[in-house]
Amino acid sequence: MGEEPNIGVFVCHCGVNIGGVVNVPEVVEYAKTLPRVAHAEHNLYTCSEAGLAALKEAVKKFNLNRVVVASCTPRTHEPLFRSACKEVGLNPYLFEMANIREQCSWVHAREPKRATEKAKDIVRMAAARSAWLEPQTEPELEVKDSALVIGAGVAGMTSALTLANQGFKVHLIEKEEEPGGMVRGLHKLYPTLQDASEVVNPMIEAVKSHKNIELLTSTNVTDVGGYVGNFDVALSGKYGEKKLNVGTIIVACGALNYTPPKGLYQYGIYDRVITQMELDHMLREGKLGKPERIVMIQCVGARKGEIRAYELESFPKSDTAALLRKILKAQKEEGWPYCSRICCMNAIKNAILVRSQYPETDVVILFGDLRVYKEYEDFYAKSRELEVRFVRHIEEVPPEISEGPENKLKVVAYDMLAGREVEFPCDWVVLSTPLRPRRGEVLLERMLKIPLSPDGFLMEAHLKLRPVDTTVDGIFLAGTASGPKDVPESIMSGKAAAARASILMANKRMKAEAITAVVNTDLCIGCGLCEEICPYGAHKVEEGKSKTVEALCRGCGACAAECPRRAIAMRHYGEQQILAQVQALLFPKGFEMEGA
Amino acid sequence: MTEAEFEPTIVAFCCNWCAYAGADLAGTSRFEYPPNVRIIRVMCSGRIDPTFVLSALRWGADGVLIAGCHPGDCHYVKGNYMMERRLNFMKNLLGYLGIEPARLRLEWVSAGEGGKFAALIRDMTMEIRNLGPSPFKKMQSA
Repeated sequence: MGEEPNIGVFVCHCGVNIGGVVNVPEVVEYAKTLPRVAHAEHNLYTCSEAGLAALKEAVKKFNLNRVVVASCTPRTHEPLFRSACKEVGLNPYLFEMANIREQCSWVHAREPKRATEKAKDIVRMAAARSAWLEPQTEPELEVKDSALVIGAGVAGMTSALTLANQGFKVHLIEKEEEPGGMVRGLHKLYPTLQDASEVVNPMIEAVKSHKNIELLTSTNVTDVGGYVGNFDVALSGKYGEKKLNVGTIIVACGALNYTPPKGLYQYGIYDRVITQMELDHMLREGKLGKPERIVMIQCVGARKGEIRAYELESFPKSDTAALLRKILKAQKEEGWPYCSRICCMNAIKNAILVRSQYPETDVVILFGDLRVYKEYEDFYAKSRELEVRFVRHIEEVPPEISEGPENKLKVVAYDMLAGREVEFPCDWVVLSTPLRPRRGEVLLERMLKIPLSPDGFLMEAHLKLRPVDTTVDGIFLAGTASGPKDVPESIMSGKAAAARASILMANKRMKAEAITAVVNTDLCIGCGLCEEICPYGAHKVEEGKSKTVEALCRGCGACAAECPRRAIAMRHYGEQQILAQVQALLFPKGFEMEGA
Repeated sequence: MTEAEFEPTIVAFCCNWCAYAGADLAGTSRFEYPPNVRIIRVMCSGRIDPTFVLSALRWGADGVLIAGCHPGDCHYVKGNYMMERRLNFMKNLLGYLGIEPARLRLEWVSAGEGGKFAALIRDMTMEIRNLGPSPFKKMQSA
């Protein structure tokens, strides 16, 4: 440690939020008695302009080199106070926050005395930690201005075009022979009922001819190394093996339409039991004939049970997977717990198409819940005008399908409103099945180190705040790779992912995590445990010693906790910095008293 | 100090992304819990070295709570699993040292579970209060 810690403590009233419960002046007076505290004061709102000015002035006046603000949660206000410290020439990592609002005054409102004592403890712990803080720097990384987009469906093509139009070089790879993804195979799109080709063909032409896009079809990713700004990607495909170096990666690998197993609702047993996707193809090719009645069944394989698809797909040979399969077998219907979002609209679209094309055909939709959101309500109304019949059935009593007279099928379902079984002789039974993640995503997950959601899709960094980011810097998600989406939503997420990637590439440089692991090579014996457990590949054992690749390290500290030689230290969350808080809590009069 | 007056001190190591945020939400929602817990923020529950827990107990904490993200939700992919792996070993060790293993708890609290966090602290405070002061604390004051 360089100079002696000279700590300043600023206790915030937060109006009455803290001051109404905790005796703030008492806490300030207490703080003044703490070791190495040179100055303590209270502010009505430390985060206000006046509060920050007072803080900065005190830093200069009392020559403070550590700042503790006792106020709200660091999760919202730490950045603000850190930048205030920076403005007066103090390294932002020499700032510490004591959370006496969310974790004290707000939860102990009826015990002001004990809340005040707790606030003193929290301040004492923060001050003790601050004494051990060290200045940290966020290393700068260079970001290559080229991107890899995995998957050339509508989402991937949108991302590629958005980036290419901004002048970035884009490598767009597609494992099929042609770009276009799932939409290329579709007939009409809801709610406009325009041909899917009208949407997808201009995009295909654009990505093929754009000077900034290198389109590689029949190509797969075989390996991804490196880190944000500098990813090394290996490809394999009809153009042979290829290596790329890119700054960012957008994963738009899409999803699959779930094909039910043989026997589920007699699928694969009667050829007139088909999926919505198959109906879509038949409508396009005009192969439906002139049926008297079509019965559609919603939520086939969706919104069912708590099946942990992740385990089943990641570890297909494990005991857990075997157990899950047994449960699946025991259940009458296979399925996943989530709603696939597009199936209701898709069924209504196909029902409208059938009713407008074959007005003599009766269309019945068996549903448990119908989810038509935003302006799609109008589309639903249109289907009602066209006399599509919606029958709410009890999903726990799955409809039974059998062969009826005159070469027809017979569907027996339990009508919830009528309170009895109803029977529908029909020509076709159409199953609305959910979008499922591609199995390849499991491989991608391993290669890219992106976690999967419990439903098996690639998982976003934050459901609300970072919907297209992943937990890996520089890798973004577009389209159905992260969960079911329709075409407009896929395009939206494609553009969003491109915008997120372009921020990094346009800035050309980015700040990396300052909280990283540091290996003490004198203690390290090169056992490789850290290399084994690090989820980011940030530890590499070379010549018998572990080395941290700082750009990859995210600072979780698992390696520091696991290292048998205690050779790994964490910046900003070091052993001494953590234990200082424990000591301060349990030895309020100073640690020296131990054993005395 | 009589048993009735005993107020335990609980050290809670909370991960920044889930449990600490859950504790914040308990505050924002004004869910009350007994003021016996002192939270120490770490980036990940996987950071918790067994010696942190042992030190806290040795220096007189009556209970230690480690709270992290739910399985599958870890911000660092699998830090919470690594913590869980250490837990059994640590509980065995505590038993060997003559400390009730119930003084150490590992719980999953998401950023959205403010109510769960408050309930957890109420429950744990009650449990530790029933166990009485930690054997180390008794030794110190003897």
